[in-house]
Amino acid sequence: MTDDFTIIPTPHTRRRHKSELRFQWYGKAAIIAALGFLVLMIGSIGYKGVGVIYQTKIELDIQLNADAFDPAQLRKADFSGLVKTALRARFPDVKNRRQKRRLYGLVSSDAGFELRKMVEGNPNLIGSTIKIQLTASDDIDTFIKGKIDKNLPESDRRVKDVEINWIEKLQADNSVVQVFNTAFFTSGDSREPELAGILSALVGSFFTLLVCFLLSFPIGVLAAIYLEEFAPKNRWSDLIEININNLAAVPSIVFGLLGLTIFLNTFGLPRSSPLVGGMVLALMTIPTIIIASRASLRAVPPSIREAALSIGATRVQTTFHHVAPLALPGMLTGSIVGMAQALGETAPLIMIGMVAFIVDVPASILEPATALPVQIFLWADSPERAFVERTSAAIIVLLGFLVVMNLGAILLRKKFEQRF
Amino acid sequence: MEKTKTINFMAKSSRHRRVEQGVIAVLIACSTLAIFTTIGIIASLIFEAIQFFKFIPITDFLFGLNWSPQTAIREDQIGSGGSFGVLPLITGTFLISAVAMALATPLGLFSAIYLAEYAGPKVRAYIKPLLEILAGIPTVVYGFFAALVIAPFIRMTGSEIGLEVASESALAAGIAMGVMITPLISSLSDDVINSVPQALRDASLGLGATHAETVAKVVLPAALPGIAGSLLLATSRAIGETMIVVMAAGLAAQLTLNPLQAVTTITVQIVTLLTGDQEFDSAKTLSAFALGLMLFLVTLCLNAIAHQIVRHYREQYD
Repeated sequence: MTDDFTIIPTPHTRRRHKSELRFQWYGKAAIIAALGFLVLMIGSIGYKGVGVIYQTKIELDIQLNADAFDPAQLRKADFSGLVKTALRARFPDVKNRRQKRRLYGLVSSDAGFELRKMVEGNPNLIGSTIKIQLTASDDIDTFIKGKIDKNLPESDRRVKDVEINWIEKLQADNSVVQVFNTAFFTSGDSREPELAGILSALVGSFFTLLVCFLLSFPIGVLAAIYLEEFAPKNRWSDLIEININNLAAVPSIVFGLLGLTIFLNTFGLPRSSPLVGGMVLALMTIPTIIIASRASLRAVPPSIREAALSIGATRVQTTFHHVAPLALPGMLTGSIVGMAQALGETAPLIMIGMVAFIVDVPASILEPATALPVQIFLWADSPERAFVERTSAAIIVLLGFLVVMNLGAILLRKKFEQRF
Repeated sequence: MEKTKTINFMAKSSRHRRVEQGVIAVLIACSTLAIFTTIGIIASLIFEAIQFFKFIPITDFLFGLNWSPQTAIREDQIGSGGSFGVLPLITGTFLISAVAMALATPLGLFSAIYLAEYAGPKVRAYIKPLLEILAGIPTVVYGFFAALVIAPFIRMTGSEIGLEVASESALAAGIAMGVMITPLISSLSDDVINSVPQALRDASLGLGATHAETVAKVVLPAALPGIAGSLLLATSRAIGETMIVVMAAGLAAQLTLNPLQAVTTITVQIVTLLTGDQEFDSAKTLSAFALGLMLFLVTLCLNAIAHQIVRHYREQYD
């Protein structure tokens, strides 16, 4: 080793090497920026939404005087009146009307209904004094979760000093509790954030995807089989191919317009229904399924076809008995990915009227429904602060489903992947 | 004995053939659905757009500077009032797409270059799917994030340095959209860069160029048509994107190129016009289809050009 052969970099070379490093850094920085955005987005939404697991409840002693009830017609009793009486009894020094209204606003407007359910479930309670946990109103819930700053001037916050005072008193004797929020997962939409849940949207999404899958999977797979295995190379099949590629890139809202004019106005199918939503999404998903299915058919080696043909199978038999079954896992994987895309679609569903305010869980594909992403859109539009939490939580649920579907697709591919 | 067997076989075979012809007919029917969908889209859009142009002359639509479908301007107008000049919507769409592309082009291209040229197979195997998650997140999520986090952040930063920022600025929607289309650019460009023949790189490196110089002066020029194609596809995606702009961009049509102001886009207007009550005999509702037709034609052209470029380029090296 002599030093004669050492290359001494000139300033020029050094500059070039530095710019080489810089260039690499640009690449790393771009990736870090993109992934950083991803983490920031999921993280902040997750942080905002995780609080939905708990719902604040206020525990009250309610006197169920027998004379307030007509045993024949329990429903008719003034349950919300009873709740109000109990609140007044709890804070006897509240006198003026505005303050009283604030006091009643501590619990959700649904509190009377909660009491009714309890009494109807056990009419023997009448005549006694019961302890019941009533859902707190959205503002109180947000405050208890620490998302309203107490130090803001009173006029700038939704929860006033007097309410904070009441809550602190309630907290002092352990009457404010946080319980698992079952309502979020078991009820439909509501104008009141504390009562709003995602169940009706989830069921709507399920029906929509069901219709979408039942239409798009067979049609997409059969079309792919034709194009890959049977279609002659001519202008007709070229036209089909160009069409499929173009449809895959048409903006989703245009499919919504198609659904609106053809399915709703021309065919007169029921507006806002999962049937129409599924049909529109199927039209969007079919190109994806065709493209994935063709790739998976192409991966089946020709020797399989030749072997089947050489022992006398017809082309249809060869395709359906030998080629398609081998390609099926790949086709399913592509379809699941397509379904995951369809699950996140919002714009075309808005076009066909699935933006309705749906409280009840839809029971069939013909009833008006909404879908999870549309529900997210609707809640994101609501001014109430507590809806931010619900929206974020609904997004987490949606992303959860997407992760499960995509993981399922990956596992399916891993499990059945065959190398020929 | 021999003879009967043959006849039986023939009978079975002809029944078989009929079944098989039926199967193939079903297959053909399924594959033509794509054509019928396209025809359905074009026919329905054109039909409703023609109805619209009966109310509003096509020149007023294409060259009008004012978009306000809700307010009645002349009382004697039949059917509805309002003005339907599409130019503010086009500039708004263009502005937000431009912001998105200005962010997504460097992010996507540099990620693609890094993944294709520098990253080892292991890093690549992890980073590529991670980037593609960005494309798989539903756009309502981006819209929500843009409206809830990005827009207030920009507004706050703007007011600190003395800039007036609208609460629903084009910038906020554009940033969210830019991140959304980054993986589209990066994965398409990555494919294109990978398909540049290794011989070109070897020649450049052999002459003493650094890796970065090779990429910038040899690989990228060779991959340029394909990259241009990927950028066009991304632009078309940005133009057609709906939910991000519905949630994060404004509703009022303004003729401006300032990204700090609120603008509206073609897709936002389609959604606004068609939610709520619809009367299919009013210019207001029908104008959504004229906008839809426009959107469809523009994205179709962009996609066609992009595919053409990409295909042409692929043939060169194959």
